[in-house]
Amino acid sequence: MTDTAVKDTAKSELLDIRKRTQSSAVWRKVKDRMVTILVSLAFVVAIIPLISLTITVVANGMERFDAEFFTSSMRNVVGEGGGALHAIIGTLQITLAATVISVPIGVMTAIYLVEYGRGRLAKAITFLVDVMTGIPSIVAGLFAFALFAMIFGPSVRMGFMGAVALSLLMIPVVVRSSEEMLRLVPNELREASFALGVPKWLTVLRVVLPTSLAGIVTGVMLAIARVIGETAPLLVTAGFADSMNYNLFSERMNTLPLFVYRSYVSQGTPPEPDISRAWAGALTLIIIVMLLNLIARLVARFFSTNKSSR
Amino acid sequence: MSKRIEVDNLNVYYGDFLAVEGVDMTIEPRSVTALIGPSGCGKSTFIRTLNRMHEVVPGARVTGQVLMDGENLYAPGIDPVDVRRQVGMVFQRPNPFPTMSIKENVLAGIRLNNRKMSKNDADDIAEESLRGANLWKEVKDRLDKPGASLSGGQQQRLCIARAIAVKPEVLLMDEPCSALDPISTLAIEDLITELKNEYTIVIVTHNMQQASRVSDRTAFFNIAGSGLPGKLIEYDSTSVMFSNPSQKSTEDYVSGRFG
Repeated sequence: MTDTAVKDTAKSELLDIRKRTQSSAVWRKVKDRMVTILVSLAFVVAIIPLISLTITVVANGMERFDAEFFTSSMRNVVGEGGGALHAIIGTLQITLAATVISVPIGVMTAIYLVEYGRGRLAKAITFLVDVMTGIPSIVAGLFAFALFAMIFGPSVRMGFMGAVALSLLMIPVVVRSSEEMLRLVPNELREASFALGVPKWLTVLRVVLPTSLAGIVTGVMLAIARVIGETAPLLVTAGFADSMNYNLFSERMNTLPLFVYRSYVSQGTPPEPDISRAWAGALTLIIIVMLLNLIARLVARFFSTNKSSR
Repeated sequence: MSKRIEVDNLNVYYGDFLAVEGVDMTIEPRSVTALIGPSGCGKSTFIRTLNRMHEVVPGARVTGQVLMDGENLYAPGIDPVDVRRQVGMVFQRPNPFPTMSIKENVLAGIRLNNRKMSKNDADDIAEESLRGANLWKEVKDRLDKPGASLSGGQQQRLCIARAIAVKPEVLLMDEPCSALDPISTLAIEDLITELKNEYTIVIVTHNMQQASRVSDRTAFFNIAGSGLPGKLIEYDSTSVMFSNPSQKSTEDYVSGRFG
């Protein structure tokens, strides 16, 4: 082989390598583009139902989204008119009662798990909380019904029973979110407090809880948003009602999800007033959930310890 | 306001693991005692036994005695919470409470224990402690700002102010300058020199120059190998430790010829 021949082979090899690296660079760009498109498509697919749902509910719900809807119940209403005030009040009362039951139990369980729990008992509780997360909501409703039926007889219906059923669904969510927030509190803060001669319970109460308060409140708000739309457990516990009932502890109490359900399944003749009431009820429920999420964000921002680093 | 600490044949265990073995030493009041030694040799573990902070770790226990002015910290019936009220501690990383203002941080030891005090007393204690920690001039106009808004060095001095606000007898410092820049370190070292007029100070440090600058007496800890307990090798006045130590390994360590 002459010198030039060697040079030529070397050159062609060099070109070959360059070509290969170039083609792999092109291929990498193609792959990058493909994955980007795939991810964007997945996002669009996920968002379509949400947009469609929002538009449909707003469009159909606006028809009866009027003053009368928010100021009257369904007592003695046949056909046109009527409202969901009784259902709104019922939903707010039952959800509030469920929150009052769930938050102390849930937060205290989380404190036990993070600050005190060791060994078997803590593991068992964690496992049971996991199991509780998976309870179907109708089972929670039937449990609450069975519990109250044992005491008050099988024909009992009351709002509070619905609250107990909802709190069964809420407690595991509260435990889980609070647990995560408490674990985020740096151990150094606990140690700093211990080193000042502060007993453990005061450290938890005055240092750990305030530090994680924003997260816990957000978690609670999201848990509320999760149960406020529950239908099945309320069907068997709080029941239907057409009239106002402010008393959690006696008689049937209507709620927004059931108001929507009832308006849809038992339409009158003509059916239009019932159907538009159902849409307005759905819109109201969505707005309440949205407001709760908004409040959660504001609360998180307000309590956030990060405001210090401004 | 300061006490002598006598450590008598102290062994520290984590579960079955012997972490520190057979420490005997006397820590003089109104002096600075430095603990030096390689990582993992048990200095931090040992310093935490002086205010029973090691008990925060599950399974940690000690045998032997720690006497503070003759009173055994580990005697039955002694509450670790009471011990920690007498023996303050400053940690490696500044850890002011993020939910509290500068002033609340200083008063945390009193407020968190639900002790009542008048507003005047609170102001006085806050000022006195912040002056004691050389921080007053820098923060006096922003006492209500969050503690986390200060720089790292200021935060560490805030933590010292917080520790001395509860008027402890002894102040333990576990590598208080290792997360700080040289200027902040100098500020803390000056502060330590001032504080020793009132407190018994024990400081863990990886910085040999720091030990020689601030301490009166130095203890050298070492470990024979991983899995073996740390031991107190030599304990003497700082000048002797750094110029004419009796143990070969001490000399190797302080001169940087170690390992």
